[in-house]
Amino acid sequence: MTTLELPPKPALPVTPLPPPVLRRPRSITGAASWFTTVDHKRIGILYGVTAFTFFVLGGIEALLLRLQLARPNGTVLSAEAYNQLFTMHGTTMVFLVIMPLSAAFANYLMPIMLGARDVAFPRLNAFSYWAFLLGGLFLYSSFFLGGAPNGGWFGYAPNTSITFSPGHNIDFWVFGLQILGIASTTGAVNLVVTALNMRAPGMSLLRMPIFVWMSLIAQFLVLFAMPVITVALFLLMFDRQFGSNFFNPAMGGDPLLWQHLFWIFGHPEVYILILPAMGVVSEILPVFARKPLFGYPVMVFSGIAIGFMGWGVWVHHMFSTGLGPAAVSAFSVATMFIAVPTGVKIFNWIGTIWRGSIKLSTPMLYAMGFIAMFTIGGLSGVTHAVSPHDRQQTDTYYVVAHFHYVLFGGALFGLMGGFYYWWPKVFGYHLSEKIGKWQFWLWFMGFNLTFGPMHILGLQGMPRRIDTYPAGYGFEFWNLVATAGSFVIAFSVLLFIINVARSKKHGERAVGDPWDGRTLEWSITSPPAHYNFGESPVVHSLDDWWHRKYTEDEQGRPVRREDHPGQPVPDSPEVANSVHLPSPSYFPLIAAFGLPVMAYGMIYRAWAVVILGAIIVIGGIYAWGLEPSAEPGGHDDHGPELPGPDGDGGADVPDDGPQELVPAGVAPLETAAPESASAEPVTGEGP
Amino acid sequence: MTTVEATAPAPPAPPQAPEPHGDHGAHVTNTGISNEKVAMWAFLGSECLLFGALISTYLLYKGKSDPDTPQPSELFDIPYTSVSSFVLLMSSVTMVLALSAIQRGDGKRLRIWLTTTALLGASFIAGQIYEFTAFVREGLNLSTNVFGSSFFVLTGFHGVHVTLGIVMLLSMVTLSARGKLGQERAETIEIAGLYWHFVDVVWIVIFTVIYLIP
Amino acid sequence: MSTVPATSESHEAPEHEAPGHDGPAHPSDKQYVMIGLILGLLTLIEVGLYYVDIGALNNTTLILLAVIKFAIVAAFFMHLRFDNPILRRLFVTGIVLAISVYMVYLVTLGAYIPGG
Repeated sequence: MTTLELPPKPALPVTPLPPPVLRRPRSITGAASWFTTVDHKRIGILYGVTAFTFFVLGGIEALLLRLQLARPNGTVLSAEAYNQLFTMHGTTMVFLVIMPLSAAFANYLMPIMLGARDVAFPRLNAFSYWAFLLGGLFLYSSFFLGGAPNGGWFGYAPNTSITFSPGHNIDFWVFGLQILGIASTTGAVNLVVTALNMRAPGMSLLRMPIFVWMSLIAQFLVLFAMPVITVALFLLMFDRQFGSNFFNPAMGGDPLLWQHLFWIFGHPEVYILILPAMGVVSEILPVFARKPLFGYPVMVFSGIAIGFMGWGVWVHHMFSTGLGPAAVSAFSVATMFIAVPTGVKIFNWIGTIWRGSIKLSTPMLYAMGFIAMFTIGGLSGVTHAVSPHDRQQTDTYYVVAHFHYVLFGGALFGLMGGFYYWWPKVFGYHLSEKIGKWQFWLWFMGFNLTFGPMHILGLQGMPRRIDTYPAGYGFEFWNLVATAGSFVIAFSVLLFIINVARSKKHGERAVGDPWDGRTLEWSITSPPAHYNFGESPVVHSLDDWWHRKYTEDEQGRPVRREDHPGQPVPDSPEVANSVHLPSPSYFPLIAAFGLPVMAYGMIYRAWAVVILGAIIVIGGIYAWGLEPSAEPGGHDDHGPELPGPDGDGGADVPDDGPQELVPAGVAPLETAAPESASAEPVTGEGP
Repeated sequence: MTTVEATAPAPPAPPQAPEPHGDHGAHVTNTGISNEKVAMWAFLGSECLLFGALISTYLLYKGKSDPDTPQPSELFDIPYTSVSSFVLLMSSVTMVLALSAIQRGDGKRLRIWLTTTALLGASFIAGQIYEFTAFVREGLNLSTNVFGSSFFVLTGFHGVHVTLGIVMLLSMVTLSARGKLGQERAETIEIAGLYWHFVDVVWIVIFTVIYLIP
Repeated sequence: MSTVPATSESHEAPEHEAPGHDGPAHPSDKQYVMIGLILGLLTLIEVGLYYVDIGALNNTTLILLAVIKFAIVAAFFMHLRFDNPILRRLFVTGIVLAISVYMVYLVTLGAYIPGG
């Protein structure tokens, strides 16, 4: 296709192409534009809002569980209802809350922290989000279609086989997770390519912010771990739908196959859940201690070590399945080893705040809370590693305590801190500090009241995954405490929602760099322009933005530079109008929509519906493949640019270790009318 | 971390201006490899875990089927499957010839070789279908035993991958015939080729591990 | 949107350049066909080993042959030999991870005894 060379002014309209089946959406503002957006920032916000909504749902499920368990012989929930609620609580929190919340932050921040304008594949990014939303809705529709999944979030076969789980509950689980798996895997490909390929000039891998590193490692884990559960789910599906024998003991099927496949996925999964939050904490601590992250390279390599070693420990979820002393000992040792890089990180965090100039704003409270709570969870984890201990602890509430300390006390604390930290950047106003501090302390207290006692209950012998317990075992008191604690958490969440609602109206307006931050997102306005950077930043070191503001005195204390850039200001309209970004598109949503259609068809064995769904998916993908990434002209500037159109790539990038070569030669900035900012007809490409 | 070494000092490369025939603008990347290509390799890395799980499941259940039900040694027709495997292997050769053609700007040869690749792939699939129906006739299906389950799911998954590959190849033939896949878009063919070769390479493993090793 | 390599790099001495292409080295068409024939030959040997059992090393040889064929296709047809190492690392990570993890579970379940 040739692009017409147009005379500068007056502008002539581009020869129109034959009208496509669906006219390409043009607007990037307005409510409808949220359905066609390919902007990573909006997609990040969508992930965040959706994940938070699921958090509330998962929390309500938890409250119901706690009401049931508050007293012995509880009558709040039937056993079946309990099974559905505890399954959905776990499935929701893992797949619909923590993973997408991490995705929200990664989506929003990664490109900006890298100095880019978007991720590598913006439409694929949108597709991932819609697949996530639709997968979650599909999963929840089960409540209205015969009952929610009830086999636990871990779905052990043959309990989940058609023999022992007739009805569609498990089918919703299987297909729902497959859809979510597609969302996660496509997201992982996108973010991995973004981090490898779209860094600003001068940003070598070891100059990337630590949050980007942790997210990148997590995304590698997603990339390699999701296929394993995909296979497990397919095998279960074939057993349930088509009568295969993978988990059918009568025909030679092995229940342990399920456990191996699930946990080969499941253990890396928990690192997927925790690493991004660790990244968030590693970003917050330096800013609120006014000290660089202690041992950045060690932190990076510990994260990588955790990523690798996480593949070698999964059998610790199966210690009591009769695998024999050799396997159990080997994995016991491996599990102990993995505590080492984690411990290193904890010491480095402490080293970061040690003798720092600490400001206890809400983000910092959450970050420090993370360190304390995660350490407790990690310690109980180490006790699990010792397999004779684990034989006592497994399948008791001690395990429940452990993973809630690391996942709630760890991941959720970290991500909440991230909310408070980056809220001003994303939305342009601050959340109230006053409400925030109350909210934090209630959250902290409620959390410890709920899950602390579970250690005791577990050691006293209370089994997990039970819908009620008899009286007279001594479980009564702490269960009641735990239930009370859960309502304190609920109240704290309510406070957070109130904080958001109030701050939207009354919150202090945010400047670009309210916290005196260190990384590139603080070098642009709050909220950022839709194109992020008018010109690609050129990066000279780790924490480049900080070093542009400060130098150091002999004692290593920060000293404000004379050429301190001050608060970021909006770009000139010229610059703002000159950046040509990928256009919005319907097709990610359309293609994603086909997935639940196929799933419903499979569950109800309506093959025509499956085919229809497949046509929607494939048709959507074709249409997407054939539309150019941006219109008019098909060119977009969403990769990082090189400063200056004349040859060598511009600024000196001092040697700070191995670096990527900055490619010489540059694509001149496109000048094109912005998609929506003006009412002028689109005039095509300029020189 | 990758370092792309410069031949020092690099002369300024010609500016990558929006191509007059440019349907797509070029993004410069840190690794020197296009986003699409890195993405395909990342995806293929992921697929290793997928097929590995299926192959290991097969291996787990090897020899564990009820002896009164059909067994691999009774059903497998090695000469037949060898021919089939050879056909798929050769399709990788034709695929790479297709890429070579488009890199030279030869659209006609591109279409010829792509079509040949698709035809060879289709013969492979036809062969698979024939083999499956033969096995079913001899009493082996998904539910018969664990051999049936693991065999059909593994080879079925592989077959679906090949079929999707054929669809991609034919789409590219169509696009090329419409003049939309010129020399400057050779990389699209290359990336599709990566997928195709991967699918072939998986079969190399399956053929050896499932069919040839007793 | 497509992306373009900023620099092109050949890590090995280029073999015959495909005429008209000025990027990383490629084998020529003739070489591709040769490689194809080698692959065919290897397949023939494999099939032969199915019929003529050479004893203890039979399975090992079969696996070795499969690995060689895999490597040839990956290195030459998929161009890994000539491309930026990052690609090889992505792919090899997947392969190594898959083999390690699945072998471990097979051993754990007693289904695979090394050397058996």
